[in-house]
Amino acid sequence: MAEFINFYLIPGLILGSIYALGAIGITMTFGILRFANFAHGETMTLGVYIAWSLVQLTGIKSLVPILLVLMPVSMMLTIMIVLLIDKAFYKPLRASPVIILVIASFGLMLMIRSVTQFSWGVQLKTILPGIQPRINLLDFLSFPLKHVFIVGGALLLMYAVHHVLTYTKIGKAMRAMSDSPELARLTGINTENVVMATWVMGAGLACAAGVFLAVDTQVDTMMGFKILLPMFAAAILGGVGKPYGAMAGGLVIGVAEELSSYHWIGDGPLLNPGYKQGIAFAIMIIILLWRPTGLFKGKSF
Amino acid sequence: MRVLELDNVVGGYGDTQILHGVSMHVDAGEIVVIIGPNGAGKSTAMKAVFGLLKLTDGSVLLDGEAITNTPPEKVVRHGVCYVPQTGNIFPSLTVEENLEMGAYVRVDDFKPRLKEIYEMFPPLLEKRQQAAGTLSGGQRQMVAMGKALMLEPKILLLDEPTAGLSPKFRGEIFETVKKINRAGTPILMVEQNAKQALGIANRGYVLVDGKNRFEGTGKELLNDPEVAEMFLGGGKQSHKTGKA
Repeated sequence: MAEFINFYLIPGLILGSIYALGAIGITMTFGILRFANFAHGETMTLGVYIAWSLVQLTGIKSLVPILLVLMPVSMMLTIMIVLLIDKAFYKPLRASPVIILVIASFGLMLMIRSVTQFSWGVQLKTILPGIQPRINLLDFLSFPLKHVFIVGGALLLMYAVHHVLTYTKIGKAMRAMSDSPELARLTGINTENVVMATWVMGAGLACAAGVFLAVDTQVDTMMGFKILLPMFAAAILGGVGKPYGAMAGGLVIGVAEELSSYHWIGDGPLLNPGYKQGIAFAIMIIILLWRPTGLFKGKSF
Repeated sequence: MRVLELDNVVGGYGDTQILHGVSMHVDAGEIVVIIGPNGAGKSTAMKAVFGLLKLTDGSVLLDGEAITNTPPEKVVRHGVCYVPQTGNIFPSLTVEENLEMGAYVRVDDFKPRLKEIYEMFPPLLEKRQQAAGTLSGGQRQMVAMGKALMLEPKILLLDEPTAGLSPKFRGEIFETVKKINRAGTPILMVEQNAKQALGIANRGYVLVDGKNRFEGTGKELLNDPEVAEMFLGGGKQSHKTGKA
């Protein structure tokens, strides 16, 4: 039991929170800008490297100031870069067919990755070095303190997303445009503002998700791309265009991936941990076949 | 007073020309109905007002000022509201959020207007926290119209508001249109149910092949034997109109 919770369930929830934050951006971009943003993983990586540079620059080495000070600054810088990218690359293509936007995002993915690798090198780095304190509870629960901050931070950010989407004018306009871009335009909603708000939300959350992942593991130029597929799976599972669906989808995929290597039957892992990512892919395929609109009735393709 | 005027409007989508010179106007306080066979350019004429298609000739005047080829998001700001035939609500937003979106371009306090809309459409008050997509067809139309009215528009454009509704709801929608009009909003409406629509209209236009064919008061058109034969005798209306 202790083993199950400490080594499978808790890591699953951590991974799930990270997927969830990333998937919100993917699903909102899909809902509002109408394309699958392949560069989303790279946005995440870029955010992590910005955070890593800030850590080196300031010499801050402990978790709390990294998350409370450096992460928000990195989020803002990432957002600014993404808004510039939108202006330079996506805005001229706004009226283009979806496939052109998808391919443009694919190109940007390669460009951002190359710039990242060129600027920071391809060696692994760490944001949070050294041995981290653990928390022991009730004799059997044991997890690193940083996991509390990751889950707490993710929940806080998801609550912020909920608040923006439910109570602010721009948030409601985002949901409206995700429902029907044509009607949004007829209603007089300033669609360019909504597009900008979508990038702000998506890029900010991608950076946060990346920093959480980097704090939990390492900094690597492929880290964002490696979790792009699970994030897409989470967005599709939740229903494309549905931010709450993305949150739920992210958690489900994260937990499912970790639990897949638990020794459910016999002594060995049910699935070799090397195949973990295949779980996300399998869930995505099953959902597309069985319920293409996802759990929260999003758009179907 | 002339609120809206289309003067010899020519245009279409891409290379396909649909309107070959359509002229019509709406005066203050009027309900004006556009009828005609399928493909006559009824909805297109309305979309021309809203900047949804490129006009190559002619002009659209609002309160005497040209708004020809103004994009929709700007036409709204001039006080013209358009309710499309389909996709006219945000289904995942609540009824109240839909109405709030209708007031998106307003910078003043729209709360008093929201109250008025609920008074005009009492069923919506009950369902204000419900997702608009879960409502019945008739109530969705109410949301769509209420949303448009949030702006207190100079003119309301309705594209086949009764399409796909049962006869009972159809009657309700026509009553609603009358009510909106009595409250002071001029209305330009495209309708398939020509007889009922002309019954509540001050005036009507019959479009055929993208051109004006007949025009007159609602009564005149209803009693015109040629119009009756062409449009009131056919389709869904046949069993009711008999030999007009």
